[in-house]
Parts: sequence; C-alpha cells; structure tokens
Amino acid sequence: MAERRTALQAQGLTKRFGGLAAVNDVSLALWHGQIHAVIGPNGAGKSTLTNLLSGDLPPTAGRIELAGQDITGWTPEKISRQGLGRSYQKTNIFRSFSVWDNVRLAAQSREQPAPFNPLAWFGHAEHMAAARERAERALELTGLSARRNALAGAASHGEQRQLEIAMTLATGPSVLLLDEPLAGMGTAEAERMIDLLLRLKPDHAMMLVEHDMDAIFALADHLTVMVNGVVIASDAPAMVRADAGVQAAYLGEAH
Amino acid sequence: MSAPQIHIETLPRSIVLLLVLGFVALAAFPFVGSDFYTAMVNRMMILAIFAMSLDLLQGVTGLVSLGHAAYFGIAGYALAFITPQDQPISLYTSLPIAVGASALAALVIGFLVVRTHGIYFIMVTMAFAQMVFYLFFDNRALGGSDGLYINFRPDALLFDLENKRVFYFFTLACLLLCFFFLRRVLWSPFGRALAGIRVNEHRMRALGFGTFSHKLAAFTLAGALAGLAGYLWAAQTGFVNPELMGFHLSAHAIMMLILGGMGNFAGAIIGAFAFEYLLHLFKDLPDIGAFRMGKHWQLWMGLFIVALIILAPKGIVGLLNRWFGGSGTRQGGEHG
Repeated sequence: MAERRTALQAQGLTKRFGGLAAVNDVSLALWHGQIHAVIGPNGAGKSTLTNLLSGDLPPTAGRIELAGQDITGWTPEKISRQGLGRSYQKTNIFRSFSVWDNVRLAAQSREQPAPFNPLAWFGHAEHMAAARERAERALELTGLSARRNALAGAASHGEQRQLEIAMTLATGPSVLLLDEPLAGMGTAEAERMIDLLLRLKPDHAMMLVEHDMDAIFALADHLTVMVNGVVIASDAPAMVRADAGVQAAYLGEAH
Repeated sequence: MSAPQIHIETLPRSIVLLLVLGFVALAAFPFVGSDFYTAMVNRMMILAIFAMSLDLLQGVTGLVSLGHAAYFGIAGYALAFITPQDQPISLYTSLPIAVGASALAALVIGFLVVRTHGIYFIMVTMAFAQMVFYLFFDNRALGGSDGLYINFRPDALLFDLENKRVFYFFTLACLLLCFFFLRRVLWSPFGRALAGIRVNEHRMRALGFGTFSHKLAAFTLAGALAGLAGYLWAAQTGFVNPELMGFHLSAHAIMMLILGGMGNFAGAIIGAFAFEYLLHLFKDLPDIGAFRMGKHWQLWMGLFIVALIILAPKGIVGLLNRWFGGSGTRQGGEHG
C-alpha cells in the first residue's frame, strides 16, 4: 500500500441530542489522495458526523485532529481557515448573488483583512488577485465559467450543486467533506461530478457522503458504513461489499 | 425576470442623475432659500448622514437596529459636555472626542448585541438605547429631561461655523464624504463580507469568515457615523435633550430607509429628505371642521409608508429603477 498521510482523524466522536446518540463513538481517518466514502440509511448520522467534523456542531465527546492539530470544539470559521472545506447536502449558497460573486466571496475569505482595519474598507474586493484566480479556477473545474453572470438562486438544481462544490474549492482546502454532492443530479451531470472528484482526488483528502452506490464503488478507496449512529463496517469497498452483516443491515435492501 | 430578488447595489443612471441634480440644488439652496428653510435643509442633510449610517447595518449587513439614535445622541451630548460656557471648543479636538464616544458606546453595546439574530437583535438594540435614554433623562447632572445648551459652535480656525452658510456647506461636505466613503466600503472586502452575512451568515462562517467581528466592526462604524450626525445636529441647534437618543428618532431612520430604499446609501439620502419633507407636509395639513389633520401627521405618515411598501417595496430608488431602468441590477463581476 502506498504511503498514507493522515489529513484528518476523529476518535470516539459522539453527539447526543437528549437521549439519542446521533453519532456514537465513531472513529475515522481521511488520507491525502484518497476518497473515504460514508454510507448508511437515512438517519444513520452521516450528516451529523459531517457537521461535527466541520465544527457546525460541537461534539458531546471525542477528539478531532486536522493536519496534526487538535481542532475539537473549534468554530466552523476557524476550522475552515485551518484547511477544511465542506459542502452541504441541502444547497447552501448566496441565492441573491451571481454565480461569480458566490465563488469570489468564498475565495476572498482566505485573504480577508481584519474587519477593524480601516485599510480593509478602502480596497476593492474585485481587485484581490489571488482570490480572483482561485475563484476562476474553481469555476473552470466545476464547469460553471459560462454561467458566471447568472443569478445563483435562478440557476438549475445541478448548477447549484456544482456551485456548492465550486465555493468549497475556492477556499483552497486540503480536506474536503462533501455531503451528497450527486443528490438530485441527472446522469450527465453526475458523470461530470464524478470526473471532477477523480481530478481533485490526488491533491485532497476527501470524505464523501453518498447514496449512489455505483459512484461510491467507482470512486472510494475506503468505505465506512453507519447505521443508527454506529460504524458497523469500515474497510476497502470490495471487502465491505462482501461483508454479510453489512449486506443484511444495508446493502441488502438496495441490491 | 429575476431582478426583484437582487439588492440594488449598483446605482442606476436615473439615481445617479437625481443625486447630481440634488447636489447642485443643495449647493445653490442657501443663495435662494430663506434662513429658516436653509436651517431646515441643513437638518435634513444631517439626518441623511444618520440614515446612511443605519443603512450600513440594516441595508448592507441585514441588522435592523431600533436603537440607532443612542449613538446620534451620545456624540451630541459629548459636544455639550466639553464645550465651555464662555468660549468655543476646537472642531479638531471636539469632533474626534464626540465621534469616538459614540464609536466606543457602539463597540461596547455591539459586543453584547451582535450575537443575537432577527427579532432579538431588534429588541436588544432598542433595550440598550432606552437604557441610554433614561440614563440621561433621569440624571440632573447629565441635563435631565430638559437637556443642555451649547453656547458656541465649534471653532474651526480656517472657517467660521457660527456663520449659517458656512455651517451649511460644512454639513454638505460631511454628507458627500460620508456617501463616497460608504460607497467605497460597500465594494471593499469588508463590505462584500457584510453583504454575504446579510444573505447567508451560516455559509459565511463555513467559508472561514469571522462573522462576529465583521458585524461588530459594522456596528461600531455605523455608531461612529451616527455620532458625526449627532455632533453636527448639536452644533447646529445649540442644545441637546434626551429626544436625540429617543425611540422616535431610531424609528424615523428605519422609515427613511424603507422610503428611500436600502443597501446603496443613495436611498438613505433620498429617503431622509423625502421623509422630512412629508413630515412637514403632513404637519401643515389644514383642519377639516373640528378634525385637526396636521396634528395627526403620524397617521398620514403611517398610511403613506404602508402604501409605499405595497407599491414599491424597494423604496424610491427601486421605483425609479423600475421606471427608468438603467444598470441597477448587478450582474456578475461587472458594476459601474
């Protein structure tokens, strides 16, 4: 097996909502250059897990390390600046901005001057060269360059999903958490997205929450199966597919 | 057509033309208008600065404050406290002190209130403003309910602010500076981040923006500019009383923004003038029999605002944009 550098590591991650453990003692690792897929039925805790890793939710217990640094309990903005980018299952964009403004604003976050610095009030956001460049590249990668002037809220569902990814990429993350990027996409759009994820793979550590099993077996290096907040299997995809327990708990229903 | 969703940030040509004509009219007014009306227009310009300062919070950042008058009043009181009984104080020391006092108050209060959202933000900003109001209202040492007199306008060395016309042009210069400064802020990295917070604060945090510090900076800057307006008001009128920080002035500023249109600062100026003009119009309505129409000006103003919200939800700027078109809808990276 090739050398594996851990980019993100979670240990004993638990989130309780009252008496319900939405995520229960989950440990997982993301490696550079690899895609780690997470599957499970609705309500298995996949989105909660994503929210814990990105800081959108504080964990009840457990520890998260990003690039060797303990980020447990950090705010989402701090975790983002540490190099983690995430997309949302439910499209979460600036609907009243143009596609370009969405991506440019995302890119701008990396060069954002301190808000109390009066110099930050006089520059022009469109003139931030490095941010523009990253925004252009993110549009290009996601195939949205031609739609840059469209109003984000008026774009098609597939385009909004692409924009969601483009904004995440524009921040230049090293770790990507993608929450169902293929949801609701047509066949051609889904194929383009899978292509994109393969292109991103060498330079990123990726966690992919997805329902599309064909996509997962095409993309993933590692597969974790969650049911009721608990990891029931975590291994190479082929091994997981052969696992009788997983078949019964989850895959069996689909196949 | 998706245009109605877009905030009018880029000014349509019709609005730019209106602003230029308005500026020419304002510059000419003291030479044609009486002293009475010149003083009135001067007060309108001050309120326009005040409305613009609120627009940074309400129109750009999406934070509706019902207590913005507190920062208007604090700077006015600061000038009253530091102006000696028998001689003027320098403009160049009193202005920074007064604006600084408002900024400091906004920084401290903002630190507590910008954590809240929506209706809670409205309520806590109002609560803090009411606290400030009663602090001054109930304390004889702070002037009490009667307020304080300011015997001299600040001394500017190079020009004489006691001269009504000079003071008028000084106010006009402040209005223009504020407008161009805020238009600049609107397109700055800071301004774009504030607009992002208005549209989707959650996503802003996920993208790595410290939204708390951005909102606090906006609240402080808005408080400082409100302080500039309050300072000018106190200098012009020669007295301050708790009404300057009262609920009514805060509410009037919100109505000015609704009337003019939010998020571009031009609407704030137009709204302030339109509001004050309507206010005088309604107050001067004739009596019909025993019914004194003028006394109930708030009723007419209320009805007018309701009608306007239904007919022109984006205010006068939105209405002009719809009638005359222009490049008011911002598309992509291009803007003028």
